[in-house]
Formats: sequence, C-alpha cells, structure tokens
Amino acid sequence: MSGSGGKLLVANRGEIAVRVIRAARELGLKTVQVYSKADAESLAVQLADEAVEIGPPQASKSYLKVDAILEAARATGATAVHPGYGFLAENAGFADAVEAAGMAWIGPSGQAIRLMGDKVAARSAAHAVHVPTVPGSDGHVATLEEARPVIRRTGFPVMIKAAAGGGGRGIRIARDEAQFEKLLPTASAEALAAFGDGGLYLEKLIERSRHVEVQVLGDGQHVVHLFERECSLQRRRQKVWEEAPSPALPEEVREKLCASAVALAAAVNYRGAGTLEYLYDDTTGEFYFIEMNTRIQVEHPVTEMITGVDLVREQIRVCLGERLRMRQEDIRRTGHAIEVRINAEDPARDFLPHPGTIETLTVPGGPGVRFDTMIYPGYTVPPFYDSLLGKLIVWDEDRGQALARLDRALGELRIEGIPTTRDLHRALARQADVREGRFHTTWLEHWLESEGQELGREVAD
Amino acid sequence: MAKEIVSPLPGTFYRRPAPDKPPFKAEGDGVAAGEVIGLIEVMKSFHEVKATEAGTIRSFLVDNEDAVMAGQPLAELD
Repeated sequence: MSGSGGKLLVANRGEIAVRVIRAARELGLKTVQVYSKADAESLAVQLADEAVEIGPPQASKSYLKVDAILEAARATGATAVHPGYGFLAENAGFADAVEAAGMAWIGPSGQAIRLMGDKVAARSAAHAVHVPTVPGSDGHVATLEEARPVIRRTGFPVMIKAAAGGGGRGIRIARDEAQFEKLLPTASAEALAAFGDGGLYLEKLIERSRHVEVQVLGDGQHVVHLFERECSLQRRRQKVWEEAPSPALPEEVREKLCASAVALAAAVNYRGAGTLEYLYDDTTGEFYFIEMNTRIQVEHPVTEMITGVDLVREQIRVCLGERLRMRQEDIRRTGHAIEVRINAEDPARDFLPHPGTIETLTVPGGPGVRFDTMIYPGYTVPPFYDSLLGKLIVWDEDRGQALARLDRALGELRIEGIPTTRDLHRALARQADVREGRFHTTWLEHWLESEGQELGREVAD
Repeated sequence: MAKEIVSPLPGTFYRRPAPDKPPFKAEGDGVAAGEVIGLIEVMKSFHEVKATEAGTIRSFLVDNEDAVMAGQPLAELD
C-alpha cells in the first residue's frame, strides 16, 4: 500500500475531518489534525494521532491561514495534506504551496483547480469536448453592445453571473431587456467589490430545473464515473437532501450524462475525486454542465452506498500516486441511497442557526443506516463555522424502501440541547411530491413558504 | 450610569457592514433605539445588533472580528 508509513495532515474540521481521519487510518497513514482554539474538544482532535493548534476561532485566522497550516505540516513531518471541502479545498495557491513544500496534495493540480474554478474557462473546456452548457456568453461580457447578440440567443430570463462567484453568490436575474440594461453596469462593480474580479458572463435561466451531478475519480491519466446524484432539494441554494440515483433520469440520459462528465474530467487530466454539476430539464431531457467542484463533496456518501466504493480512500490513494484500481466496467450500482443534512438550525424560527451544547444523542442503527458526524454528548457546537452537525445516510433496495428506512432512522435519531433540522426531513420523507420524486431546485423554498410553519410542531412517530 | 449593548447571539462581531465599508458607528457617535451598531456572524449567517435604547457610544468593549458570547457587552453608552 502506498499509504503505509506516511502522515496525512487534515486541513479542515467537523464531520469531514473525522471522515478523512477514518479513511487515512484504514490506509495505514498517521494523521495530524490542525484546529482552531474553538475546536480543541472536537472529535477530530481526539481521533487524530497528533493535533496542532493553528489560531483563534475565526476561520480567517485559522483554517484559512495557509502559512499556519504549512508550518504545522512541516513541524509534524506530514507527507500529505487533505483539504476536505470548503475552506482551502479549492484554493489553487494552497495546492501549489503544499506541493512546493514537498508534500502530496490530496486533490487535483493547482492548474486544474484554476481552470475549473474560472467559470468561463470551464465552459470553454466543456465545449471543446462537446459537453453541453447552459446557453449564454462564451466568455466575459463587458458592455451592453457585447451583450445584445448573446441575449438575443438566450432570451429571458437571463442570469448575469460574476466569473469569480459561486455557491449562488454573485448572480443577478434580468427578466426583460429594460431590467437587463439597468443591472449589467452595476453587476460588474458589485462583482469587483465582492470577489476582487469584475468579470461577468451571461447564462439563460432554466426555471424548474433539477440539480444532478456526476461523481468522478481520476489518477491523472484515466477517469471513471460513479454515476450521478440528485440534489434538487435546496434552501437558499444550499443542498439539504441528496440521493443516488436520480429518480428523474431515464437510463439513456444517464449514460450520456456520465460519459460527458468523464470526457470533461479526462480533458483536464483530472486527479482525485471531483464532481461535475449539471442542470437537468426533465421536460426536455436536456442536461447542461454548470461547474466542476474539484474536491470531495458533502454528499459523497450516497455514491459510496450505491457503488460500494470508499471515495475518500480512493481519493487519497490516487493523490499519493497510485493508479486507479478500478475500470469503468467494474463499477456497478445497486439500490438507492438518500442523505439528509442534520443542521444546528431551528426550522420553527426560519432556520436560525443555533450553536450550543449537545445534551443527549441517540444515533440510529440497523441495516443500511450510516450517520457521519462529529457530535457527541456534552460537545458544544461552536458558533464560528457552518451549521452541519451530521449527515444521516440510508441505503435500501429501491427508492420507496429507502424512504421508509429514512423515516424510521430519523425517528430513532435524538439530539437534545439544540434545535436541529431533523423534523424538516421527517416531513419531507412523508411528503407526496418528494415520495414521487417530483421536485426541482426551487421546490423546497415554495413548499416551506406554504407548509414551513408546521415544522416547529412535533411529528408523530 | 453606563448602559450597555449586549450581543444577542454567540459568534463573530463586525463593526462594518462589509470589509470595504466604514463602521456603522464610531465612539462618540449618538445612537437611536433600534439603530444598527454592528453585525454578529453565527454559523455563516449575519444578524444585526441593534441599540435597545438611545444614547452616545462611550466605547466599544470588543474589537472588530472578535469572538463574542451571547449576552456579552459589546459597547457602553452614555
């Protein structure tokens, strides 16, 4: 095993740090957990072989401090760095710095991160291998004169997007030409202020689309896909429920979609785990590439459950220089998996984040149930980071059975001390549209507007 | 007697609406009841901190970007 004898530094926190430590240990790697002052009592710090404090609670002064993390890596003799998701995971400069310091970076090259991180460059790369993208400008648009032929092609509504934006930030929607002419000039100034880059591009807004994404693994030469996930249930553009396979994709679309993801990842000599995100229009059967996330994703477990592949372990192996251990024909999917995000938020108070102490915790069990978390009884959830407490993942032989298992497992899950989003998921698992797979990316927000006030009340077991 | 403005939530305290904007209030500024004097970031969401009564800000008791607890005094009013 290439991992044996090495030492992996985990440059992240929360449940993903725990997930990475577990994978590393199974590969025979020692682990170093870096942590902020607010995370001294974290499960990741307790599980790792060594732990190094890197700064005060605020992420900008700890988990985003490249120098402090590199110093911890040098001081402990780390041979590799895993960035998890968020924080520095898609920071090409950090990837380069890790490699320049003689350590393995558990991710794609800085060059691949830069290419895919620039939305305009990523679209061009997609076009080069005939992967469809949402109709829009094939580059930056600076003036109304440049924009007019594009909006004639896309029609309205159209999105004005910041090239350096992402995660739903830096987007303006114009529903007609008058609105467009008003928004374009200010959007550039706003993008410059928010992201330090005033570059803009245009994209047709496809309403009522579904979010599907394809998991890939590459070793720098070969790329395989591990099928798709659907993540259409979102609130404020944050995914709350993810599943695999998508309940909406006909088999012939699935094949074309997954093949397009492999073609694009192979075109950039992709190394590591990555996800290509698409919009899917279930009225036309068309899919459109939107962006690639060059890291492991929060929702990776649903893919692990239907394929039996440990994505984090394989990601570490290929980034330590091993060849991919599987060919495409070796990867099969079985059954259906659903993941729901259990967040420290109060559904009865418009999902107000709520840090605090976990007084009691009962983790669901039984067949096909997995709970990836960093909480334990007595743990105090700090206010400085995101609200994700854990991910409840279920697998079963088909979607209907997986929904029943999810409802059963959510009933067993007990977290006392702080409010959580458990009851939102309980209600969703029983909701007719969700059960039929009839949803799109704005479905949940509409449903919350009409039904959300019921969420504070006790759900019957 | 000095009055205090306390943090309604635990999190990170910001004196400015955005990094490139001027602070909401400087020491010596007057505030009206309900006026915003800062932001608290809790779990990546931002919440306004409002003065509960009118007065003049004598001093801020925490720095911009300091970690604060719920109920912690942020500023003293005269």
